[in-house]
Amino acid sequence: MDYATLLQVADSTVRLSVPLLLACLAGLYSERAGIFDIGLEGKMLMAAFTSAALAAVSGSVWIGLLAGIASSMLLAGLHGLASITFRGNQLISGVAINFLASGLTVVIAQAWFEQGGRTPSLQGAARFEPITLPLAETLQGVPVFGPLYAELISGQTALAYVGFAMVPLTWWLLFRTRFGLRLRAVGEAPEAVDTAGVSVIRMRFAAVAIAGVLCGLAGAYLATALQAGFVREMTAGRGFIALAALIFAKWRPWYALSATLLFGLLQAVALRFQNIDIGTFTVPVQFMDALPYILTVVILAGFVGKAIPPRAGGEPYVKER
Amino acid sequence: MTLMRTFLGAAATLALGATAALAEPAVIFDLGGKFDKSFNEAAFNGAERWATETGGKYLEIEMQSEAQREQALRRFAETGANPIITTGFAMADPVAEVAPDYPDTKFVNIDGFLPEIPPNVQMIVFEEHQGSYLVGMLAAMKSANGTVGFVGGMDIPLIRHFACGYAQGAKAVNPDISIIANMTGTTPAAWNNPVKGGELAQAQIAQGADVIYAAAGGTGVGVLQAAADADILSIGVDSNQNHLHPGKVLTSMLKRVDVAVYKSMIAGDALETGSMQVLGLADDGVGYAVDENNEALLSEEMVAAAEGAKAKIIAGELDVVSYYANDSCPVLDF
Repeated sequence: MDYATLLQVADSTVRLSVPLLLACLAGLYSERAGIFDIGLEGKMLMAAFTSAALAAVSGSVWIGLLAGIASSMLLAGLHGLASITFRGNQLISGVAINFLASGLTVVIAQAWFEQGGRTPSLQGAARFEPITLPLAETLQGVPVFGPLYAELISGQTALAYVGFAMVPLTWWLLFRTRFGLRLRAVGEAPEAVDTAGVSVIRMRFAAVAIAGVLCGLAGAYLATALQAGFVREMTAGRGFIALAALIFAKWRPWYALSATLLFGLLQAVALRFQNIDIGTFTVPVQFMDALPYILTVVILAGFVGKAIPPRAGGEPYVKER
Repeated sequence: MTLMRTFLGAAATLALGATAALAEPAVIFDLGGKFDKSFNEAAFNGAERWATETGGKYLEIEMQSEAQREQALRRFAETGANPIITTGFAMADPVAEVAPDYPDTKFVNIDGFLPEIPPNVQMIVFEEHQGSYLVGMLAAMKSANGTVGFVGGMDIPLIRHFACGYAQGAKAVNPDISIIANMTGTTPAAWNNPVKGGELAQAQIAQGADVIYAAAGGTGVGVLQAAADADILSIGVDSNQNHLHPGKVLTSMLKRVDVAVYKSMIAGDALETGSMQVLGLADDGVGYAVDENNEALLSEEMVAAAEGAKAKIIAGELDVVSYYANDSCPVLDF
């Protein structure tokens, strides 16, 4: 395998990891605040549809992005209303959101565009184009680093850079600010936060809203950067892989980055090397496709140690009387 | 009470109406959905053509999950729909299961295979390898790098059948050509994963492919998009997909599912059943698309070569090996 191939696989890894990373961070905020969120998939799907639809109608990808984030936040608000305000079961509310998004997107798309639950293909300014970073051309000649910079670091879409920037930002916000401390506390011991005079409800809603924004970015990335339009069920289970990555990452931002990059890498390798020859026998592509899931089970069972979720996760907060 | 009677009366009239309109045909679209721009959409177009020409109405349903197949068939049969047209290989077994229970209803399945065909079932299959052979020739003649790609949907014999014909056509033009063939997945979800299709196409482009043939239902939309983004050529499938990216789609392998559906609906009650109908190049059941979107891409020599091969295949002078013949392809490993 030569260097160019390596770079292409790395490039593909980045593209496939970004939606997982954004969704994984979304889950991280929500679950750190004690709200389980299996509705990541649904929120991404809704955002993918809305961003593609509005981008197609308005011709501007930025309007699409804002609409995508808004629609995802709307579903996040619904999840919050059901599980925080009305203290419903968070898992059931999440499942409901997944079903709602899966059905609504197709129905609205069909009524709106009449193309069988898809949006028209996006062109030009209605899509996120790759950004060429400064000096990419000049540095091309530098051995090793030049191609790395030109092919991998430069030439991603805006949302990919946003996704990676979210990792240090999340770390800083959660572990270095008062807001972050309170947010984590709400997921571990909400009664303590309440005693300190901070509203648990408000903190949890804030976390769910941030999750909505991040899922919105992930969905918009799928529909307007990776692809040029929405196709039904186009998230294809990425929300659930992101959840697995979150457990894998023990609810920490930097670990989340490595977990999602690992999953992206496995997918990219499976795409590029369909059947891998190892001397005497061939590894079938089906095995490569299943590898992320096998790895999740194996690593969770023995290697990462105990993955302990936030203690108050999944439980609605009831003030003592 | 009077109100009750009115309702009952209305219900009775409706019921009578239903029996009177006995010969309403029904179409069951497979998992890709009727607007997949490909296989199912071709079936839909055929049904629509029948509806506009005859002014008739037909019943329809899109499958959402594997479990619905038999239920949908039984429902339509109970309603009195006739004939019931189903698309997709996966409907073959449910049809075989249900058909004996409704001997007066005629069933049609497109793309499926049954070892024993019940007397009231008509199977329609296409010689996709012949059409794929022709587009494979065109791809090889157009390729500057000597590498062409194939992206399949779900890994099933039918899709390998496409790939095998394509590879034979490409090899016929250029024996040294390298063919990269990938499948999207092993579950029906592989028909609807444009992001993965796009990534597969990008991986093939990185390996030098400059013409990529997508036989992948909705996933193909992502393949064609990735090819257009990378400024290389793609080949569409089943329906004419040339218009999706004008000037970037070399051609489309046409499979006239629309004609098959249309003819079955026209035949109605008189439909011949109990046999397997094979539509190939000779019956215009398969072919390649030329229209204003791709005229400029096909040179006269290319078209002449393809037409020459077509005539030879029809005359029986040229034999395109079918993947089904011995479940393997002479020129391509999977």
